[in-house]
Amino acid sequence: MEFHEITLENGLHVIAELNPNAQSVGVGAFVRTGARDETESLSGVSHFLEHMAFKGNGVYTADDVNRIFDELGAHYNASTSEEVTQFYAAILPEYLPTVVELLAALLFPSLRQDDFEMEKKVILEEIGMYDDQPTFTAYETVMQAHFDGHPLGRKILGTTDSVSALTAEAMRDYHARQYRTGNMVLAVAGRADWDSVVDLARTHCSNFPTGRTDRDTSEPVIKGTTRFVTRPAALQQHVMRLAPAPPAAHRLRYAADLLAVIVGDDSSSRLYWELVDPGHAESAELGFNDYDGTGTWLTYLGCRPEATADNLERINAVYEGVNREGVTGAELEQAQNRVASAIVLRSERPMGRLGSLGSNWIYLDRYRSVQEDLDTVRGITVEDIGKLLSLYPLDAVSTAAVGALESF
Amino acid sequence: MSAPVSIHTLANGLTLIVEPMRDVRSAAFSFLVPAGSVHDPVGQNGTAAILSDLITRGAGDLDSRQLTSALDNLGLQHNETVGVKHLGFSAATVADRLPQALVLYGDILRRPHLPADQFDACCDGLEMMLRAMEDEPRQKAMVELRRRCFPAPWSFPTDGHLDDLPSITAEGVCDHFARLAMPNGSILGVAGHVDPEQILSVVEEVFGDWEAGTEAEVVEGSRGPAVDHIAYDSTQTHIGIAYDAVPYRHEDYYAAWAAVGVLSGGMSARLFTEVRERRSLCYAIAAVLNSLPHDGRVLCYAGTTAKRAQETLEVTLGEMIRLGEGIEPGELERCQARAKSSLIMQQESTVARAGSLARDWFHLGRITTLDEVRQKIEALTVETVLEYIDAHPAGDFTVLTIGPEPLEVPSGVS
Repeated sequence: MEFHEITLENGLHVIAELNPNAQSVGVGAFVRTGARDETESLSGVSHFLEHMAFKGNGVYTADDVNRIFDELGAHYNASTSEEVTQFYAAILPEYLPTVVELLAALLFPSLRQDDFEMEKKVILEEIGMYDDQPTFTAYETVMQAHFDGHPLGRKILGTTDSVSALTAEAMRDYHARQYRTGNMVLAVAGRADWDSVVDLARTHCSNFPTGRTDRDTSEPVIKGTTRFVTRPAALQQHVMRLAPAPPAAHRLRYAADLLAVIVGDDSSSRLYWELVDPGHAESAELGFNDYDGTGTWLTYLGCRPEATADNLERINAVYEGVNREGVTGAELEQAQNRVASAIVLRSERPMGRLGSLGSNWIYLDRYRSVQEDLDTVRGITVEDIGKLLSLYPLDAVSTAAVGALESF
Repeated sequence: MSAPVSIHTLANGLTLIVEPMRDVRSAAFSFLVPAGSVHDPVGQNGTAAILSDLITRGAGDLDSRQLTSALDNLGLQHNETVGVKHLGFSAATVADRLPQALVLYGDILRRPHLPADQFDACCDGLEMMLRAMEDEPRQKAMVELRRRCFPAPWSFPTDGHLDDLPSITAEGVCDHFARLAMPNGSILGVAGHVDPEQILSVVEEVFGDWEAGTEAEVVEGSRGPAVDHIAYDSTQTHIGIAYDAVPYRHEDYYAAWAAVGVLSGGMSARLFTEVRERRSLCYAIAAVLNSLPHDGRVLCYAGTTAKRAQETLEVTLGEMIRLGEGIEPGELERCQARAKSSLIMQQESTVARAGSLARDWFHLGRITTLDEVRQKIEALTVETVLEYIDAHPAGDFTVLTIGPEPLEVPSGVS
């Protein structure tokens, strides 16, 4: 696999990891904008804008966009997180020119008023859909509780009220501010020719506006609160808890990934053996989420309501043990084996590489090869995990509970 | 491109299919054992699901934790699933570790401890999973739709049913294993950077002396109600719609696949365009072709806020019926393009290929090469797809809704 990069005259970064043995090519536009870049009155605009991207520009109608992607047999979609909006497609190599042109159209849509009003209804339905998913409600609620007053606590979808009140004009302003070359990277992974990639980028992206938006990435002050969303008829209780963890660019972020596997993976971790294997809980997991300037340990517990308090104590006991004594060499080696084989498997598909390629550029401003990832994972020691735990002990500072309980 | 597939059926009936893939470092397998939920005893739906958990809690010389450690040390990404006909064991890792993984699965499938003292923990885990699903109307809608549109026991939820759990015993689960875990009817698909001769010799060594058993028969019962509503205090009304289609082994399968593709094969397909893009009635809407060995259905899901649910149901049914009035050449061409790229991309995933090999053997008793699938897809014409739709029109719908209010199913469609 060969890495290439170029910065166009307008400041757009174009990167590619090319593999002549691949059957397909993945191409994506990653924009450094998401819920944390919104204000209260704009809550939900990043995600809504991602939907509006598919409504076309002056050249393509909405029907054209979907029809052309389908004509190419593309596997394509888009997503919005707290920090990144991405548009991507996996295609056969011969269709790269068309897809780069379409991606450029997605990034600078017309944002027509009638499309805006129609799509608003779809967004409100999407909010309704997630409302019926307790784990999603728990995630949104715990993010709000943890990052209270900080933009990371903002709901990605916004609320029914904020989305209803959004105007197309406000969206256009937001788009003009955020969709600038300094906030973007165009990434290609798989079978393609670098010179052609550069030509395509120059042809379709040279008119993108320059500039970059700054984002406050100082570590948020976490107060720690507990919120209950009570649903009396629910049979199962869902609890999510957050505590501070390393930010995305931290040197121990890979150690944090491994620690999450050791302590809270869903099939053979400490939490699994203490809570899931004996049948105390359906799920007891620890995840590591990293952001610009901060990170979280995310604990998830799903169990019978009446067992919740005991299970939270069991989780605390596991965390206290890990914080006190760290992990064993054998645990670390097993986790390294699992993570390394997952990296290899994911890297065999261009779409598997595309995500890493884009997010490494957005968060680290550089390229990391599969081998570098493997070497980093292999090089982590029990002492590194110890250092990580002294900086970011496993904890549960903020809590959200969704289910029948009104208190623990 | 991939080398030819090698197929070998052991004397005891276990079929091994290996597809070497040159450009990858990994290898994967999909092992199907004919002990799925269709064989759950009546009134004990969930037996196969409990077995699927219990079976990895110690095997051969290893207890539960030792076995898990051994799997982890191989870097194995593994997954146990309960299917209608089979228990599925899939695993993937760096290719040179696959033989060791197969040795461990020899213990799991032939010498599991099935520890009685862990039976309650498995039941508790399953019960909580089913309770969680009761709180997730979208998931529940599809399970309940299957329960109504397929005849029993093919309609049994693969994960079991809450009401049946108290009737399931540890002995019943052990009996399920003893009766049904056998080499004949089992299928092992392997794909990746492997040598077929080496894999065959490992499989002969590990599974060659596994004794054949008597394959279980399935006695078919009746279907559930065609129109049904489950009252639930949810934000959206969750709509499930089903109608008859042909199974994977049917000669018209690809025409059936294209018909569903025109309806729901991409964002330019009819359901997405008419229900979501033109009318903004919902966020999630999709229809898929679902195949049992001898029977098939189109299964459709749509979720929408209660006050717009009636219109969503009517527009969706209307689009299904309207298929028979004609399709545009471009609609078929888009389905063909999607199929072509999916087939090619499948060659980049050892997990996808291994799963496909085992599934093909189960449904067809042979392997369709990717070239053969491509030819069949390319041979489709608007006329052949319309002939299929004419012979198997969307109609006699099963409609299941979950939400605050029942819907009015237009007369004459169910």
